[in-house]
Amino acid sequence: MRSADVLRFARDAATGYPLRTSLSVLAMAIGVAAVVVLTSLGDGARRYVVEQFSALGSNLVIVLPGRSATGGFSPANALTTTPRDLTVDDAFALTRLPSVRRVAPLTAGNSEINANGRLREVVVAGTASTYFDIRSFKMAQGHFLPEADWSRGAPVVVIGAKIKEEIFGANPAMGELVRLGDRRLRVVGVLKATGQGVGGMNTDEVVFVPVSVAQSLFNTSTLFRILIEARSRGEIEAVKREVTAALKARHGEEDITVITQDAVLATFDKLLRALTAAVAGIAAISLAVAGILVMNVMLVAVTQRTAEIGLLKALGARAATIRNAFMAEAAMLSLVGAVTGYGLGLFGAFVLRQVYPVFPAYPPDWAVIAALGTALGTGMLFGIMPARRAAKLDPVQALMKH
Amino acid sequence: MAVIQLAGIERVFHLGDSVVHALTGLDVAIDAGEYVAIMGPSGSGKSTLLNLLGLLDRPDAGAYRLEGRDVTTLSPDEQAAVRSRRIGFVFQSFHLVPRLTAAENVALPMMLAGIPAAERAARVRQALKDFGLDQRADHRPDQLSGGQRQRVAIARATIMQPAVLLADEPTGNLDRATGDDVIHLLEELNQRGMTLIIVTHDPKIGTRAGRQLMMEDGELKSDSARPAAVAG
Repeated sequence: MRSADVLRFARDAATGYPLRTSLSVLAMAIGVAAVVVLTSLGDGARRYVVEQFSALGSNLVIVLPGRSATGGFSPANALTTTPRDLTVDDAFALTRLPSVRRVAPLTAGNSEINANGRLREVVVAGTASTYFDIRSFKMAQGHFLPEADWSRGAPVVVIGAKIKEEIFGANPAMGELVRLGDRRLRVVGVLKATGQGVGGMNTDEVVFVPVSVAQSLFNTSTLFRILIEARSRGEIEAVKREVTAALKARHGEEDITVITQDAVLATFDKLLRALTAAVAGIAAISLAVAGILVMNVMLVAVTQRTAEIGLLKALGARAATIRNAFMAEAAMLSLVGAVTGYGLGLFGAFVLRQVYPVFPAYPPDWAVIAALGTALGTGMLFGIMPARRAAKLDPVQALMKH
Repeated sequence: MAVIQLAGIERVFHLGDSVVHALTGLDVAIDAGEYVAIMGPSGSGKSTLLNLLGLLDRPDAGAYRLEGRDVTTLSPDEQAAVRSRRIGFVFQSFHLVPRLTAAENVALPMMLAGIPAAERAARVRQALKDFGLDQRADHRPDQLSGGQRQRVAIARATIMQPAVLLADEPTGNLDRATGDDVIHLLEELNQRGMTLIIVTHDPKIGTRAGRQLMMEDGELKSDSARPAAVAG
């Protein structure tokens, strides 16, 4: 029997029993769709978290004043109770370290912004031009803080998208003067809306001013953070070492904490990957169930078509021909089920993305390949037994079943 | 020349503890072009004999030569090939595949034999025309009358131009008139040279055959071609 004829025969046999065929196709489809949708969800969660962290900037190292790790009681601890503050000079000193690409000082506080007849409380971030690149910001209008001496900043301000909307509405903000505390500053840029932010500091609701302006506004000389971008991912550890050493030299002791987002991110990434794999595994159980259903359907088909099998043998069909025909039928059920399920799964992921736009629910490639492979594999595997049973039927006995 | 030669055929069935001798010491030779009726009461072994002749079953002892070739020792696949090309079956209950059309049912043996689709279509068209079924080519079995169904089955049985046509109670599910039509059709094929073997317990049909084999308890009771030999 020719292969094309085997396939045609199997197709006709499958479509000859529409209810049974569609039920087993449906079972397979639900299994595959479950894997696709659940892994989309898991991987979407992973991507969401990674994106949120990446919004902080890549290869980021953050310096905090104070030592977070406690060393228990010791005479040394007793002598140095208050850590030295971070200063603009500290930050500037770090720019000369070999593994450091950029440094941005950051001082923050709350103030009131007053312009266009409206008043609003805002978070004021005092920083420098480098902050823009470290945080990978995008401008909606104008430019970020100009490059200048950190100790003599110009009276300018860059505002977040939400601030622009609430203060100026549809009116142009560029070039306007705003009052920030007791300062009058000119708006030189508006940030593009991101909707992102970690630690409650949504950049859409922040105004950025030169660090010296912020320090005089809040009457302080200290920094809240120093943000450092390493030259590469591999140099993050080096930066950590160099920064610790440099500030220890400047302060006389190690009174700062250096954190990297990399470590936190890697943990989350690993955790969510494991979660996705686990969810995929659970969904794969439904594929095995679908495979067993295909086997069941094929066993029923063999029983129901016993007389037909006997006839085929009488007409000169070899055992292998009958086996192939039934295997082809099982494979077709699985294939159609798998493809339908894949379509359903993609649609499900699409719906998820429509409902939660911030959630990048796309199925990972490995999950799609695994789901389709498992579907076809189980379908074929569970098709073997019924096909062999059909091929082994005694033609005389089979022909009597009518 | 004998197309079928059976020598010392034995067929034993084990049903639980009891042993049933379905066929014992059977020696028969059937010449090419003969018209043979196998008759006898139920359980006399005539169906078993037909199954052996059709290579659907193997004897426990004895030799079966089909067209001079010992077919009892062939592998299952070789036997399938012999069934495909040298033997045609007509069944009491027609055994048409319900989801296939008349044309597809007739084409089935050719499809199993791996004959290309174009050649199949041409031969099926000719066969349906010969059997007066050309208007019914696209009908499924349930849209055909009993007589038409059996004609489709006969067209299917002869499409590979077999040496032997085996018919098991071919009129058993038909009324008298259509049954007669079917018998006439089979006889026509026989007149054109096809060896025809019919199993029946209808004496009217049996006596039409050129030769009658009477079976009883797995033995050949009488053979109209050799009355003396069996009687003695």
